[in-house]
Amino acid sequence: MLQLSPAEWSAVVLSLQVAGVAVAAILPLAIALSYCLSRWAFPGKTLVIVITHLPLVLPPVVTGYLLLLGFGARGPMGQWLADWMGLTFAFQWTGAALAAGVMAFPLVVRPIKLAFDAADPLLEEAARALGTSPLKTFFLVSLPLALPGILAGGILGFAKAMGEFGATITFVSNIPGETRTLSLALYTELQKVDGEAAVLRLALISVGISVVALGSSEVLARLVARRVRGCA
Amino acid sequence: MIAVDVQGRAGNFASSVAFESAGDVTAVFGPSGCGKTTLIRMICGLHTPERGQIRVGDTLLYDQRAGLNVPAHKRRLGVVFQEPRLFPHLGVTANLRYGQWAGGRSSPLSFDDVVDLLGLGALLQRRTAFLSGGERQRVAIGRALLAGPRLLVMDEPLASLDAARKAEILPYLVALKAEIGIPMLYVSHSLSEIEQLATDMVVMTDGRVVTSGALDEVLNRLDVPGFSEGPEAGSRVKGRLIAHDEDTATGRIAFEGQQVVVPLPRPRSLGPVLLHIQAKDVIIALEPPRGLSIRNQLSGKIAALHQPAGPYVEVLVQVGAQQVRARITQLAARDLQLDVGQSVYVLIKSVALEPALG
Repeated sequence: MLQLSPAEWSAVVLSLQVAGVAVAAILPLAIALSYCLSRWAFPGKTLVIVITHLPLVLPPVVTGYLLLLGFGARGPMGQWLADWMGLTFAFQWTGAALAAGVMAFPLVVRPIKLAFDAADPLLEEAARALGTSPLKTFFLVSLPLALPGILAGGILGFAKAMGEFGATITFVSNIPGETRTLSLALYTELQKVDGEAAVLRLALISVGISVVALGSSEVLARLVARRVRGCA
Repeated sequence: MIAVDVQGRAGNFASSVAFESAGDVTAVFGPSGCGKTTLIRMICGLHTPERGQIRVGDTLLYDQRAGLNVPAHKRRLGVVFQEPRLFPHLGVTANLRYGQWAGGRSSPLSFDDVVDLLGLGALLQRRTAFLSGGERQRVAIGRALLAGPRLLVMDEPLASLDAARKAEILPYLVALKAEIGIPMLYVSHSLSEIEQLATDMVVMTDGRVVTSGALDEVLNRLDVPGFSEGPEAGSRVKGRLIAHDEDTATGRIAFEGQQVVVPLPRPRSLGPVLLHIQAKDVIIALEPPRGLSIRNQLSGKIAALHQPAGPYVEVLVQVGAQQVRARITQLAARDLQLDVGQSVYVLIKSVALEPALG
């Protein structure tokens, strides 16, 4: 009963790929944005915060539709990226990764910003007085101190990206082997009359991946937090 | 050599500070909130002044007219803050060497010398969370020294510590002053710390410098508003401990050809000592008194008198080449008809004296 069909197996692998790429792509952006939000006041800061958090409150279908408008084959961003970088999203797994990344972004930013808030700016001053430039200080002091938050944000974002459904199906549809991730495959099986066994299998795998991800992040976070507090 | 002439603003607080000092240890003294920390932050490049010039040694660090503002990480200063500010994600050794491996600085002092000087040997393998407050501040001082600074800047390094921890660290600072040959700028609101460490002194109130100069000279000025009439006011004099009597637990100090007796509960090596004599502990007599419990009587001449508003008169008495301050009531000054040039006797209770390392 736990034997996966090739189609189910491809959905699992695709989900891991989509979530992994999504998190890897948004993490640097989230770290840079969190640091700016935590340390500086600048005009338009509130607007930036609102836009960042919008995917959290908008109906996912709306987010997917907006992505379609902006990054679809005829969308301004979509055309620009296709012309300049050869990067296309429409009906491709890259589009699923973009949708997952956008939906996960606010969840990744939040813990990282809190971690930078908690990292004492006075330590950054001390580092500068000891001869490290602001950029070097960021990498040698601020970033290591925020590591527990970055880890938490990354894991949370990965979990969100794994489970993303609404924006994905709206933006890139439900194409087997290309955009049919775990959640979409599960939904597809649910529509079938004889899909119950497959639904259960996919659900169990989903639970399994989540438990492993959360468990390992918990352990890792504890280790890193001890290290950062100067205890280990 | 430090030369500062800056105007700056921190929030609503405006400060305008100018002084020059060529001393080994220049103390900046003033009450909390008088602008000391803002001054230090401007010198370190952590706060930008509005106008002026900052020079350390032959290097110009800030010059508003020339559009020069050397960034903090290029000023090559060693800064010790009120709080130790150790990097918690690094061990003690990596903290100590931070200026070298991260800041690209090199130090004329060797790592081992600094470890010895500050007694850090037993701490090197520890994580920072397991250090006491005093140990942390010692590591912070070592870290600043190993960054090879042209000037060591200390912003109330003892202020966050309790009395016992202060007493633990002060001797290390005295040793630093004697051994490292790096000029120091030492900010404090404690006169007793300053008297043990400084050679020169800058007095600040309300964001301004009210007086500056050689330490003993500044301490003996009678007419600096907000400073001369302070409760801790007094003189610092230099003498030599020449004898220690264990039976009575007292020591004898030679001072300008005369002698002073001080309590000395624990034996210590003979040699140069510093004595802080608070002005309010000093009595002026016209004739050598008899039948008093007082042990110390020094003969001298009145060098200056000053009567600020209030009940007291500030008196400066020349004893040999040094000067001793006294604070007496207006009533007493009138009864004794004190005048400049008059010969008097200075009486000091031994109990009020505590010799410090010279």
